[in-house]
Amino acid sequence: MSVLEHRTPLVAPAVDEAAVRRTLREQVARLERELVAQATSCLPHLPLPAAATRSRAAAPRLLSLAELEAARDELAGRLHDLTAQRRTHADAQARARLLLERMLLAPGDHRWVRVTNADLGEPGCKAYHARPRLGLVGMLAGWWHVKVSSGCPLATGPRRRPRSSRSGEPEQAVAQAHAPDPAWWSQAAAAPAAPRAA
Amino acid sequence: MSDAGDEDDDDPRRGEVAADVAAEHPELRLWWLPARVPGRHSPPELRGRLRSMSDRLRGAQALALRSQPIPHAYRVFYRQIGIDPDVHRIPVEAVVVERLRAGEFKPYSFLQDAVTVAVMETSVPVWALDATGVEGPLRLRTARDREPLGRRDPRAPWLPEGRLVVADDAGPLAVLFGDVAPGHLARPDDRDVVLFSVAVSGVPLVAVAEALWTVTDTLQVL
Repeated sequence: MSVLEHRTPLVAPAVDEAAVRRTLREQVARLERELVAQATSCLPHLPLPAAATRSRAAAPRLLSLAELEAARDELAGRLHDLTAQRRTHADAQARARLLLERMLLAPGDHRWVRVTNADLGEPGCKAYHARPRLGLVGMLAGWWHVKVSSGCPLATGPRRRPRSSRSGEPEQAVAQAHAPDPAWWSQAAAAPAAPRAA
Repeated sequence: MSDAGDEDDDDPRRGEVAADVAAEHPELRLWWLPARVPGRHSPPELRGRLRSMSDRLRGAQALALRSQPIPHAYRVFYRQIGIDPDVHRIPVEAVVVERLRAGEFKPYSFLQDAVTVAVMETSVPVWALDATGVEGPLRLRTARDREPLGRRDPRAPWLPEGRLVVADDAGPLAVLFGDVAPGHLARPDDRDVVLFSVAVSGVPLVAVAEALWTVTDTLQVL
């Protein structure tokens, strides 16, 4: 007897649509939370990816099963895109941190290179800039250092300079370890940059 | 909080949610409350409060708003009813974006400013209807095919079947989280208004009550 003679009719299993819809709504809620968490938990904050299709008018309604699935899938796609974008940002920030370390170790090898807190993924508007000491003299003599700037426009202006810089040295240099200053003062970096011999 | 028909005028009243809507969103609630507006213009104290709120709000807070529990709950609900919250902002985000754009919470009218205070302090949306255009208690249901949105404007748009609306005994008065029917939105000169708010899954009822009471207390005290 051939196996094909026995044909069991296919019967679709009963689906509890209400349970499926509830599960889809829960998935939508979880994806929305993850989407917002991915966008807001890094610096700078990432913009939420735009939807593939933008509806012009708000049309609140009870979504069908297919529409719920489509909403879930669209959110999952957006989350995937955002995660990839965040990974790219993280890689760029890691490269920036490595560059900063190398700048601090050898400022002369990174002349005029500037790294900001935004590049590093940190709050604030601090910037690290490899500049010559004493202006043109330092440039000709090969004396380079990393200058830390707060970036705040109020950082300049009349203010009593710290004791260590009253001998005539130029503006604040990273090599000087100062006492903790108000928030808008830049903080000294770790490694002092000694002037290089010409 | 009380069900419709309760005698205590100070308590928000619970609006009926249609069976099909309640089956899909069992935690969805509609609360409404009549209120009286003393005047058109905001008193100096309310204007000062708006200025204080303006000064306290920063861009970082605005960015972090969507990760807070109540705004997040409304964003999730938006997605579950087919609205993209990144295109059509939830009410508290819309208020915050307007503040960032304008540089301050601009005073408009006594009622509008009281609603702004309530929305900013609770993150719960509040709408105000002209009480003279409301017949009976408010309820949440789906619209029938080609049902007009409102009764005061002959050019009122027709609603497609299934659109979620806030309605009274005579018909839809507002699209849920959308436009209020033309002629039914409370105007600055209106003295009697009906406030309503919607609680979704993840929004505690006490927050909704606080939002409605904040509006009425602001209108009474100041």
